[in-house]
Amino acid sequence: MCVAVPGKVVEINGDIAKINIMNNITEANIKLVSVELGDYVLIHAGCVLEVMKKEAAKEILDIFEELGETLIENS
Amino acid sequence: MKTLEQIKDELKNYDGRPVKIMEVCGTHTGSIFKHGLRCLLSPKIQLISGPGCPVCVTNAAYIDKLVDYSLQEGHCVLTFGDMMKVKGSHMSLTEAKALGGKVDILYSPLSAVKLAMDNPGTQFIFAAVGFETTTPIYALIMDELIKNNIHNLRLLTSVKTIIPALEFICENEKEIDAFLCPGHVSVIIGSDAYDSLSKKYHKPCVIAGFEGEHILGAVYEIISQIKHQSFSVKNLYTSVVSGEGNIKAQELVNQYFEVVDDDWREIGVIPGSALRLKKDYEKYDAGSLLEAYVSVGPKCCRCSDVILGRIQPVECPLFSKVCSPLNAIGPCMVSVEGACGIWYKNRG
Amino acid sequence: MKINMSYGSGGVQTSNLIHDIFLKHFNNSILNRLEDSAVLNVSGKIAYTTDSFVVTPMFFKGGDIGKLAVCGTVNDLTMMGAIPKYLTCGFILEEGTEIETVERIAESMARAAKEAKVKIVAGDTKVIEGKGGVYINTSGIGEIAVNGVSVSACKEGDAILLSGNLGEHHAAIMSERMGIQNEISSDCAPLTGILNKFIKEGIKVHFMRDVTRGGLATILNEITDSSNCGVEIEETALPISNEIRGFCDILGLDPLYMANEGKMIAVVPGKQAEKALEAMRSSVYGKNAAIIGRITEGKSVTMKTTLQGTRRIDVLYGEGLPRIC
Repeated sequence: MCVAVPGKVVEINGDIAKINIMNNITEANIKLVSVELGDYVLIHAGCVLEVMKKEAAKEILDIFEELGETLIENS
Repeated sequence: MKTLEQIKDELKNYDGRPVKIMEVCGTHTGSIFKHGLRCLLSPKIQLISGPGCPVCVTNAAYIDKLVDYSLQEGHCVLTFGDMMKVKGSHMSLTEAKALGGKVDILYSPLSAVKLAMDNPGTQFIFAAVGFETTTPIYALIMDELIKNNIHNLRLLTSVKTIIPALEFICENEKEIDAFLCPGHVSVIIGSDAYDSLSKKYHKPCVIAGFEGEHILGAVYEIISQIKHQSFSVKNLYTSVVSGEGNIKAQELVNQYFEVVDDDWREIGVIPGSALRLKKDYEKYDAGSLLEAYVSVGPKCCRCSDVILGRIQPVECPLFSKVCSPLNAIGPCMVSVEGACGIWYKNRG
Repeated sequence: MKINMSYGSGGVQTSNLIHDIFLKHFNNSILNRLEDSAVLNVSGKIAYTTDSFVVTPMFFKGGDIGKLAVCGTVNDLTMMGAIPKYLTCGFILEEGTEIETVERIAESMARAAKEAKVKIVAGDTKVIEGKGGVYINTSGIGEIAVNGVSVSACKEGDAILLSGNLGEHHAAIMSERMGIQNEISSDCAPLTGILNKFIKEGIKVHFMRDVTRGGLATILNEITDSSNCGVEIEETALPISNEIRGFCDILGLDPLYMANEGKMIAVVPGKQAEKALEAMRSSVYGKNAAIIGRITEGKSVTMKTTLQGTRRIDVLYGEGLPRIC
């Protein structure tokens, strides 16, 4: 229901930060979070929703790790 | 450690009891379609689209009011692109614009504040639709309006909350076995928000991101929970979703908004399923109660049954015969993330 | 100096505009005669087309409305297997347009025409009330060099080639409008060079189409609609830059539905696919060309996704608007 996209904080001016999304720079409001330069963040409708704790690729690896060894029912 | 190939292989060959999973969020529906995931699953795993598309659940009366505002002298409606094509009782905002209505499309709600400041002679009405993800941004607008003493921008809100809707589905639709929970709503509300739901109704609730691998991983987790009969909330989107969610955003929303009952398009009133501006901020509300407006829904349209997972879009009598993206009868066909529109584009 | 109604009067200001701007830049012996119509030498079958151009903003990274107006018509001719020869252009100028703007546009048109080796041989100017907008219509004539290029000529087993990265024109325009900063330039360019390479290499091209409004998805559906064949493409084969992917993620757009102004697809016999690819890649505007799929039996357009799922590709409905949900 909500399109959001990850990007990197490259500049902070008060409540507004410049975010780099694969070499597209857009401005976003950062009042909902505490961010620092260089953080990866999630943006929705011109606003940063959250600071990312890891990259998407790493997350997918973690998910696969977590799903473990057990097989689901394939009888 | 699983590999993607193992996961795909096991899901394709799954031969246990049939499972119906509701993907609550429209962006998940879109992603499932975009990655062609359905054909990677065993026929015994069914994915059903849920109510998480703001455009699909906003009632016709709301659109009617926006249309009226757009045609009113000195007024301008601000909206996201998504809302342009949805029909109210009579017409959509696109049609209103063709009649001379003033409608501007925005990407960022906060840019509305600047627009209002730069054009003091115009009354701006922001079509504030959405779920928990977008509501904090409306609260930020409120901050700005008050701080800058702006009176020519008001919100017409149709802001829904997802947990009451999921409870409604659990109570009324017994066939849904599990929920693929909305990733970005969960960023704000946190994974703990699903705990009581999962416990009370014994449903796996798995939160996932929007890459194909995220979704396949979540489906795998759900099937595995069902196999082991252990139902719980599982967060597979830990990069941005925490247990408690974004507290700052929640507090800001609570400052301006209060919980109310609300009408979901064609479904009816779901208790405690929406947020509205508190009485103190009434003057910033453009009449979200919709007094004097009555929704006239299209006849025979079964969008509500689609949203509640009762039927797949193809089972609606209007699907692709009368109702298509060029002549959308119901909102599920209009919205980019509406189940019917997505099914239509993927029809065989 | 700004354009006012008198520039459209047919009097001295109109004449000044023609001489000081259009003749100066378009300068060729046919146009210079300033007769009521141009008299042209052509041989054999001709292709003949027209297109109108309206774009906001008028100047954007990688091009402007003038370059667009020349390349658009040149490409429409080229796609029918014709070598573009002559263009006409009609300007509709709104009051308030800077004369300097008109000159910049004419200059750009002349440059594009020179590159595409076409002559602008006739023209017209009208002025209407307004706020400084410029609208251009161009018509063009080309000599058919390859016969039988048609959507109905596509056959099962043919390969589908795309001449380069998707989405660049659309993204360049939208970036300006939405205030997103990036290095994305419009791909606006004449594609005649690719046709020339095909001719030189003896490629028996069945169908060509420039990928403009409606995007790749819409063209592929035109193939299935008109040829009784299906189309299958591979997501992993599609040339799309990371920058465009990021841009699309921000606004919720899909590169398959975005407009380009210097990209084409070519449908060629399967056996000639590699040779045609080489020919495309050796052309200035085909460096990132790729074989993206093939014509199959069946009726619909499908895409094998990165995860090896299957996705049906439908036409574009309505406008591709930026969305948040």
